[in-house]
Amino acid sequence: MAKYLAKRIFYLILTLFIVITLTFFLMKLLPGTPLTNQAKLSKSQIALIYEQYGLNKPVWQQYLLYLAGAVRGNFGTSFQFSDQPVSYLLSSRIGPSLQIGLQAMILGVIVGIVVGAFGAMRQNSWVDTTATVVSILGISIPSFVLAVLLQYYLGLKLGWFPIAEWGGFIYTVLPTLALGATPLAESARFVRTEMVDVLSSDYIELAKAKGLSRTGVIYHHALRNSLIPLITIVGPLAVNIMTGSMVVENIFSIPGIGEQFVKSVLTNDYPTIMGLTIIYSFMLCVVLLFTDILYGIVDPRIRITGKAN
Amino acid sequence: MADTVKLPEDSFKRINADDRAALDSEKIAAPSLTFAQDAWRRLRKNKGAWVSLIVLAIVFIMAFGSLVVSPHNPNAVNPSYANLPSKIPGIGINGFNGTLVQAGQRIDAYKQAGASSKFYIMGTDYLGRDLFSRVLYGTRISLIIALVATLFDLTIGVTYGMFSGWKGGRIDTIMQRIIEIILSIPNLVVIVLLILILKPGMTSIIIAIALTSWTNMARLVRAQTMEIKEQEYILAARTLGERPLKIAFKHLLPNLSSVIIINTMFTIPNAIFFEATLSYIGIGISSPQASLGTLLNDGQKNFQFLPYQMWWPALILSIIMLAFNLLGDGLRDAFDPRTKE
Repeated sequence: MAKYLAKRIFYLILTLFIVITLTFFLMKLLPGTPLTNQAKLSKSQIALIYEQYGLNKPVWQQYLLYLAGAVRGNFGTSFQFSDQPVSYLLSSRIGPSLQIGLQAMILGVIVGIVVGAFGAMRQNSWVDTTATVVSILGISIPSFVLAVLLQYYLGLKLGWFPIAEWGGFIYTVLPTLALGATPLAESARFVRTEMVDVLSSDYIELAKAKGLSRTGVIYHHALRNSLIPLITIVGPLAVNIMTGSMVVENIFSIPGIGEQFVKSVLTNDYPTIMGLTIIYSFMLCVVLLFTDILYGIVDPRIRITGKAN
Repeated sequence: MADTVKLPEDSFKRINADDRAALDSEKIAAPSLTFAQDAWRRLRKNKGAWVSLIVLAIVFIMAFGSLVVSPHNPNAVNPSYANLPSKIPGIGINGFNGTLVQAGQRIDAYKQAGASSKFYIMGTDYLGRDLFSRVLYGTRISLIIALVATLFDLTIGVTYGMFSGWKGGRIDTIMQRIIEIILSIPNLVVIVLLILILKPGMTSIIIAIALTSWTNMARLVRAQTMEIKEQEYILAARTLGERPLKIAFKHLLPNLSSVIIINTMFTIPNAIFFEATLSYIGIGISSPQASLGTLLNDGQKNFQFLPYQMWWPALILSIIMLAFNLLGDGLRDAFDPRTKE
C-alpha cells in the first residue's frame, strides 16, 4: 500500500510538472503583452514594465523561475490587476468555488443514490420511469440553461432566493442546484444499473430466503454493494462540476475561480490563466488519487497494485 | 431396473421417408439474421431510441435543408420588426399568438410594428432577424462543429486505442500514461487554451474539441482490442502471415464497430455542449455567425422581458442532446447481446 501510494504521488507530481511546462510554453506562443497602450510608451518605460514582469530574461530563465515559483505557490503577477500576485487573487476566490462545488457534488450524489435506488427497487413501474426521465433530462439540459431558468423563476419571479452575488448560505442555493443536476442524473443512472445487477445476484436470493426484511435486504446487501462502484465516477463528476462552474459562477456573479478564469481569458491575463490551469489540474489529480485509494480500501477485490497475482 | 417396461405395440408408428421430410424438427422457420439486422430490430423495439432517431433525422433535414429553403434570411436585419414575440398562425394561446405584456397590458406586438400580415414562428431578435431562421442556422453550425470534431476525435481515438492495445507492453504503458496526463486537466480548460492560441473561430473550436475528447474512445477501443487480439481468428490471420494493418482493418475494426458507434453517440452531444459553452462565455463563434450557444447568450440578456428568445434555442439544444443520449442508450442495448431476450 505504501509503495503504491508513493508511486501514485510520484505520478501526480510528474503530471503537474508536465502540465506546468506545457501551459508555460503554450502561453509563450501567444501574442500580447501586459502593456495596455504600447504606442504611447517610451522604450525605457516598456523596458521597466517588462522587468517588473520578468519578461526581459531569456525564455528558459523565465521557465525555471516560474517552475521554482509554482512549487511555492507563486504564479507571478496578474496582467490585469498589475499589482496583484496571481496567488493572492486566486486564494481569495477559491473558497466560494470549493463550497459550491462540494455542495453540488454532495447534493447531487445523495439525491442521485436515492432516485436510482428507488428506480431499481420498483423496476419498470412509474417510479422507475420517473427516475429515468429525471436522469436523462439532467444529463441533456446544459447547466447554464438550468442556471438561467432557476435564476429567473425561483430567484426573480418567486423571490425565494437571491438572484446573484455572494453572501451567506442562501446565496449558494441556486448555483448548487444548477451545478448539482448533472451529478444527480449521472449517479442516479449509475446506481440504478448497478443495483438492478446486484438485485438479481445469488446472495440477494439467499438473504431473501433467510427471511430478512425487505428493507434489510435493500439497505444491508443491495444498496451497499451497488454504491462501491459509484466511487469511480466521482472523478468525472468533479470535472463536470469544474467545467460547469465557469459558466454558472458567471451567471450568478459569484467571486469564484471559474468566473475569474472566464474573465482572464477575455482579458488575455496569461499569468492568471496559467495559475488557474495548474490549480484545476491539481484539484482533479487529488480527486482522482483519493478516489482510487478509497476504492481500493472499500473493495478489497480491487488489486490496487495493478498486477495480477 | 429389473422390470422392463411393457409398452403396447400400437403406441409406436413406423415413419417413412415422406413423413420424415414433413416432420423435420431441425427446420428453421425464421430467416437467420446478421448482427446488424438483429441490432436494428432491437433498436426499433426501443421506443425512446426510435423516436430519437426520427427527431434527429428531422433536425438534420431542417438544419441542412435551410441552406436551400429558409423562411427568412438569418442575417437580414430589419429594425422595425425587432423583438417581435413568436406567432404561429391559427394558434390562439398566449405566447404563440404574437402578443406580449407591456406595461401590464397584453398587446398585439405585430400590429404595433405594422406587420399584422406577417408572422415569425419563433419571433424576432433585437435586430429584427427571424429567430427561427437563426435557430436553424445556429443548429447547423453547432451540428457541423460537433460532427467534424467527432470525426477527427474518432480517427485519433480509434487509431491510438488500437495501436496501444495491439502493441501492449511498454508502448502501451507509455501511451496510457499520456492519456492519464491529458485526463488530469479539465477538458474545457485545455479547449480554452487551444482556442486562445489558434484564434477564436469555427476551425479552432473543431480542432480544440477534437484534440481533447478522443481519450475516452481510445481507452474503450484499447480495452476491446486487447480482448479481441487473443481470439483464435486473429491468431489464424497472424499465422497465415497477414500484415498487421490488414488485420486491423479486416478483423479488428468490424469487431470494434459497436463500441465505436455507441461511444460516438455520446461524443457528439458532448461536443455540442462544449461548443455551446464556449460560445456562451464569448470565445466561440462570433457574430454575425450564430450557433446555439451564441443564440442562448443573446437570448439570456433579454430573458426577463423577452423570454422566448432564450427558450427556443434552449429547447432545441436540449432536444438534440436528449435525442443523442437516448439513441446512444438504445444502441448500447441493441448491440449488447446480454440484453437479448
